[in-house]
Amino acid sequence: MKERSKKIFRIFIGVMAISLLVACSSNDPDPIDPGEDYIPTPKPLTVPPIFEQFLPQPFIPADNPQTVEGIALGRKLFYDPILSGDGTQACASCHKPSNSFTDENQFSIGIDGFEGTRNSMPLYNMAWNTNSKFFWDGRAISIEDQALGPVENPIEMHNTWENAVASLQSSSAYPELFNKAFGTSNITKELTTKAIAQFERTLISANSPFDRYLLGENSLTPQEINGFAIFMDEARGDCFHCHGNEFSPLWTDNIFHNNGLDPIITDKGLGNVTGDPNDDGKFKSPSLRNLAYTAPYMHDGRFATLDDVINHYSEGLVYSRTIDPLMKAVSRGGVHLTEPDKADLKAFLLSLSDPSFINNPDFQDPN
Amino acid sequence: MKKVALFFIMAFFAVACGNDDDSQPEIFGCTDSSSLNYNSAANTDDGSCIYNKNVTFSFIQDWDGQSVTSADFNVTSFTNAFGNTLQISKLRYLISKIVLHKADGSTVDFEEYKLIDLTDPTSLTLTPAIMATTGDYTGISFVYGFNELDNRSGAYPDLNDANWNWPAMLGGGYHFMQMEGKYEDGTGGELPYAYHNGTARVSPDVFEQNFISFNFSQNFTISADATIEIKMNIAEWYKNPYIWDLNVFNTDLMMNYEAQKHMNENGASVFSIGAITQ
Repeated sequence: MKERSKKIFRIFIGVMAISLLVACSSNDPDPIDPGEDYIPTPKPLTVPPIFEQFLPQPFIPADNPQTVEGIALGRKLFYDPILSGDGTQACASCHKPSNSFTDENQFSIGIDGFEGTRNSMPLYNMAWNTNSKFFWDGRAISIEDQALGPVENPIEMHNTWENAVASLQSSSAYPELFNKAFGTSNITKELTTKAIAQFERTLISANSPFDRYLLGENSLTPQEINGFAIFMDEARGDCFHCHGNEFSPLWTDNIFHNNGLDPIITDKGLGNVTGDPNDDGKFKSPSLRNLAYTAPYMHDGRFATLDDVINHYSEGLVYSRTIDPLMKAVSRGGVHLTEPDKADLKAFLLSLSDPSFINNPDFQDPN
Repeated sequence: MKKVALFFIMAFFAVACGNDDDSQPEIFGCTDSSSLNYNSAANTDDGSCIYNKNVTFSFIQDWDGQSVTSADFNVTSFTNAFGNTLQISKLRYLISKIVLHKADGSTVDFEEYKLIDLTDPTSLTLTPAIMATTGDYTGISFVYGFNELDNRSGAYPDLNDANWNWPAMLGGGYHFMQMEGKYEDGTGGELPYAYHNGTARVSPDVFEQNFISFNFSQNFTISADATIEIKMNIAEWYKNPYIWDLNVFNTDLMMNYEAQKHMNENGASVFSIGAITQ
């Protein structure tokens, strides 16, 4: 019994000592150097009900967990022109919330006035891109990897990371914000892209009229419902093989296809990345969410309207060697949808647009 | 007779001795404490120990004996029984309900299903969480596609993510196979085909199950971690019994009842069990 009470006393002293330590650290008013053991506040993604029901869990890299401080830093960086060579462009210059994080141009203009060759991609639901290939041609293998590119691209933000990091390091606000997010005020390009990626993973869109229809929360018009039937009909739209369905609510397969745009491939797309000529002319299927805000369309922004896109698949397909077998009746240009079918299909597609996403206050410019 | 008498005498002495002195009687059983049927009372191992072993299923494809991998996609030309020359650009298929049948009549039911995609090396093998016990086996069975009970629309997140769903208007659930590519049209051009298989639609809202149950008699013994090959002869999809002409059936086959039933007939001879190694 004596031994036991000694042991209990020792444990009591231990607990007291630990609680003193905890009390001290939580009272610490100086966040500048929280030290090695600093842990920012975890902030797991909020998985929307339609994704929870039908999709695998979102993918978060083990070395970049979502945190309150990391997301806030990423949001500030996303909207801050400090990353560009002349301090005039931010990520948000070509990825605007009002356009579902793309812009209205066929090709975006970089800081030196040069045009790119690909249409700026909209950004949402990126944590569900399970094959983890980003850009139209899949050349980035993570969001963090993707975010490295535009800063140094000479026709985009035309900066060097060395210079961008120096600008952040010498600013009044960023060292402290990095310290809060990552426990170090020593800024690197890796930490910068980690923060941006954390913010981008929070850009989740799953609250369109069609989502609410699937959840039994609202109804669709007969035209939208008929449009969905055309979408799912192999002999008419046959859109579902690449663009999802009611149980695959990303509305993309995240895979690369040649969708019959050109007889001669000038932009090799995936083929440039893999080096395989059988991949020439293949680009990633974009999601069909938020089309109301993302015109123009295709990897090169060639189609100004959704009607142009539907007409392409209906009558405008052209053969090239790597054309996807799912592009049918190519000798006739496509399956020739009727005009009422086209109108209904378009109505359905627009029911996948989510105004609450583009207006979400958490996604707007914090600066 | 003499021998039997001798045996009884010896047996008597053996038992008698055991009872009389302190040495343990021989109790036969499994004496390995790491086995599934360890008998703590046994002191003489009789070779009856049973262990759990991993079984890995390896999915391999060929065209009448010629190996087919994703390296053949868009490159290698095959000639089907009808005489169409074709290339393959995609091959994905679903296997479910794999069961090993033991000689004692019991079964090992692996619960996993597997979507095999030739372009994804990780999909070409399956090592189920459930392990198989050592011993003699007499058969292997599995389902190509999903049976009616398992073929529930939207029920499997990974298959939803793979856009593997089969449209509700065609009976819902999931695809069983997607084989795609191009074939020569005979005039120097090429045309697409999309040999997609799933539930057959008889008429609007009337559907027919179209999965195939395979049950192979095969005697084998599992004594260590084992690998079992499940082989698909792709050429069989185009013959036996129906000689498939891609000029007749090429695209828009999902809602084509006749095409779906021909796939089902031809599918019956597509799979076989290959090497079992351990």
